Amino acid sequence: MSWMQAAPLALVLLVFFVAPLVFVFVVSFFDYDRLAIYPAFLLDNYADVFTSSITLQLYSKTFEYAVIVEAITVAVGFLVAYFLTFHVRTTAWRIGLLVACTIPFFTSNMIRMISWMPFLGREGILNDVVLAMRLSKTPLDFLLFSDFAVIVAYVHILTMMMAAPIVNSMSKIDKALISAARDAGASEFQIVRDIVLPLSRTGVALGSALVLTQTMGDYFIVHVLSGGKSAGVVSAIATQLSAFEYPPAAASSVVLLVVVVVLVGVIFRVVDVRKELAG
Amino acid sequence: MMTEPGQPRPKSFYFLAAFFAAFLAFMYGPMLVIFILSFQGENGGMSFPMEGTSLLWFKQLLSDTGRVGDIPSALLRSLEMAVLASALTVVICVSAGLAFRRRFPGAGLLFYTAVASLVMPSLFVGFGIALGFKQLGWRTSLFTSGLGAQLTWTLPFGLMITFATIGRFDRRYEEAATDLGASAWQRFKDIILPIIMPGVVGVALFGFTLSYDEFPRSQLTVGAVNTLPLEIWAMTTAAISPVLFALGTVTTVVSFLVLTAAIAIIGLMVRRRSGGRATPA
Repeated sequence: MSWMQAAPLALVLLVFFVAPLVFVFVVSFFDYDRLAIYPAFLLDNYADVFTSSITLQLYSKTFEYAVIVEAITVAVGFLVAYFLTFHVRTTAWRIGLLVACTIPFFTSNMIRMISWMPFLGREGILNDVVLAMRLSKTPLDFLLFSDFAVIVAYVHILTMMMAAPIVNSMSKIDKALISAARDAGASEFQIVRDIVLPLSRTGVALGSALVLTQTMGDYFIVHVLSGGKSAGVVSAIATQLSAFEYPPAAASSVVLLVVVVVLVGVIFRVVDVRKELAG
Repeated sequence: MMTEPGQPRPKSFYFLAAFFAAFLAFMYGPMLVIFILSFQGENGGMSFPMEGTSLLWFKQLLSDTGRVGDIPSALLRSLEMAVLASALTVVICVSAGLAFRRRFPGAGLLFYTAVASLVMPSLFVGFGIALGFKQLGWRTSLFTSGLGAQLTWTLPFGLMITFATIGRFDRRYEEAATDLGASAWQRFKDIILPIIMPGVVGVALFGFTLSYDEFPRSQLTVGAVNTLPLEIWAMTTAAISPVLFALGTVTTVVSFLVLTAAIAIIGLMVRRRSGGRATPA
């Protein structure tokens, strides 16, 4: 019975997720030229990944973005979730504000990315403000087509992926626990540090898994908002794909895939996500 | 920290409320700017000031001048796809959600495969599917490889929402129904489904919008035609004009309509449930 109910999910994942990854793995050992790919068992594609000096640059750029975005989204997501759960007094307000936060998540990421252009450009709104307030004599150039723009867009798009699981965790914290701590004389800071933070860690972990992997997997936001100046690991793979260099692209994919799986594995060792969602 | 109504609010409340307001401004500000700029005058540029107002950019979206792709067809295609993906996501996820309430062989493996599909860099999934189709001599197309690629994204999300709703479902209702002689189908139709219905609408909403906006998994798998996000991508990499903002306004309006409908339906259900009869304790 259970198996029949789970079979459609298993089938779709098998055909469109597991099998394709097997194809990627197999092709990563293939030979290729300008015209086609040829079955083979070569380790050259992997040797290229590990010996290329660019690999290290790409990975350090990818991790740089991931770490910065993770830090910002944890901080912002935690404060937003904490405010909604512990400071908003009525359920109606809480739900209303939560919906307000969530609405942008349901709109196009592509458009949300583009919407930063008129804001950050040389003649954009932020520069108008900066010039009007005489904070700078010339327009700031680092705002658009830069790492700054890329990170702003990531934070804009991904913060709710962090905040939502944290809200979910916090909503399960027994309010009596908080009252008891307060009655015993704990300050708000102590309550946050000793109760709220430890009991929200599952939400932080789930959110981190989403934010880190989404940042590491991106190739179009970084392309558009860095103006083509920055590239992460997946950007490089996308370039190889557009040049039809499938085997080396496959080998790079397998390497990053292992990195992502290890990363997520470590995060999930900290929490039991399934129990977290159901509990 | 939360205090009882009537008590004065702590200072931290005002700090956090200001922070929260700034966060909302950050979330909505750029969207609002796009919306305003999409009505930019005919001689206006990509940023303020507005040189008058016009509907020129919307007209260009609809026109067949070749300056932009065939937007109306792409929009229609994306909507069809989103409806299909949403329906499949609901059926498959609710079914799987029911299965996961019991232990069954491979349950853990299946769950972690779904999680893996969620965290996998999207480009790899599209690449793998395109590669597989190529090796097998099949053609990629919108409703085969394209749909499959999108499901690898909508299903794990849908499954998480389903867990969050079915996981909180009180099994005793079901046991009571069984004791009263209900069949498995009756149990599902008359007990489980009505109770989890708001969650089901949520899953449908996720399925729809995630498919409607999906880009990285679709890029290599939809075949010869474009979905709306792919058209937007093509426009982004080509010359940028306020047409892009007009398109942003159109697609955001579509998202808002769907979202409003879903929220209204869920709200109605919850209200009817709490008002119509006494809540079972």
